[in-house]
Amino acid sequence: MPMDHVDGDNKGELVLYALSTCGWCKKTRLLLEDLKVEFSYIYVDLLEGEERNEIIEQVKKYNSNLSFPTLVIDNDKTIVGFNEEKIREALV
Amino acid sequence: MNHPEVDEAKVDDYYLKIKKQAESAGYHLNPDVEFTKSLIKSIIINENRYGYGACPCRLSSGMREDDVDIICPCDYRDPDLQNYDACYCGLYVSGEILTGEKKLKAIPERRPSPEQREKIMINKKPESKDLPFPVWRCRVCGYLCAREEPPETCPICKVDKDRFERFI
Repeated sequence: MPMDHVDGDNKGELVLYALSTCGWCKKTRLLLEDLKVEFSYIYVDLLEGEERNEIIEQVKKYNSNLSFPTLVIDNDKTIVGFNEEKIREALV
Repeated sequence: MNHPEVDEAKVDDYYLKIKKQAESAGYHLNPDVEFTKSLIKSIIINENRYGYGACPCRLSSGMREDDVDIICPCDYRDPDLQNYDACYCGLYVSGEILTGEKKLKAIPERRPSPEQREKIMINKKPESKDLPFPVWRCRVCGYLCAREEPPETCPICKVDKDRFERFI
């Protein structure tokens, strides 16, 4: 899976599903970088074919609306959209 | 990983064009020019990628007929401006955000999920009423007209013909 990885403090397994063109996705990625946490991210709009379908199904498991950004923490908790407060709270 | 660069001059031209268009129709672009221009750049990227200016904050299918509701300005701009003072991307904002009385925030997604959209498409059959002409509604701005076919371009908000739906 072509995830990009950002090093930082380990606050659980963080996966950010994002779009390369989306302003709120960018703000979310920059917030995670500011918080200096370790996370992986993937730009779903840049994927093609089977890989794209696979990742879309993955996102839908956590967010049936298939909207972005979708941040998944420890394969369990999901934060949809640039919700700064919720993200900060979850990563204390 | 990244898309081919978009010429900054093209972004500036596009910005001025839609700013003028928005203001003449009573809409406002986000006054945060840097944020706004980065969204416009993304719309141009999508135009180059898909052939239509799909919403940069939503996942496009690459097929215009499936994405016609999210071509910017999207079908959801008006209700989102009314309920949340901004469109989903934050490209268009209300007068209160423009003047700084309210602060721009990310808002929830209003577009139905892929499965819901499929159901809506199946249930959508134009009603046939006994009228001399069908009535067409622009899904972007609400403009109505009674004629055989919708116009090539909406005379109010300038979107294309395929943004119209049969209303009556």
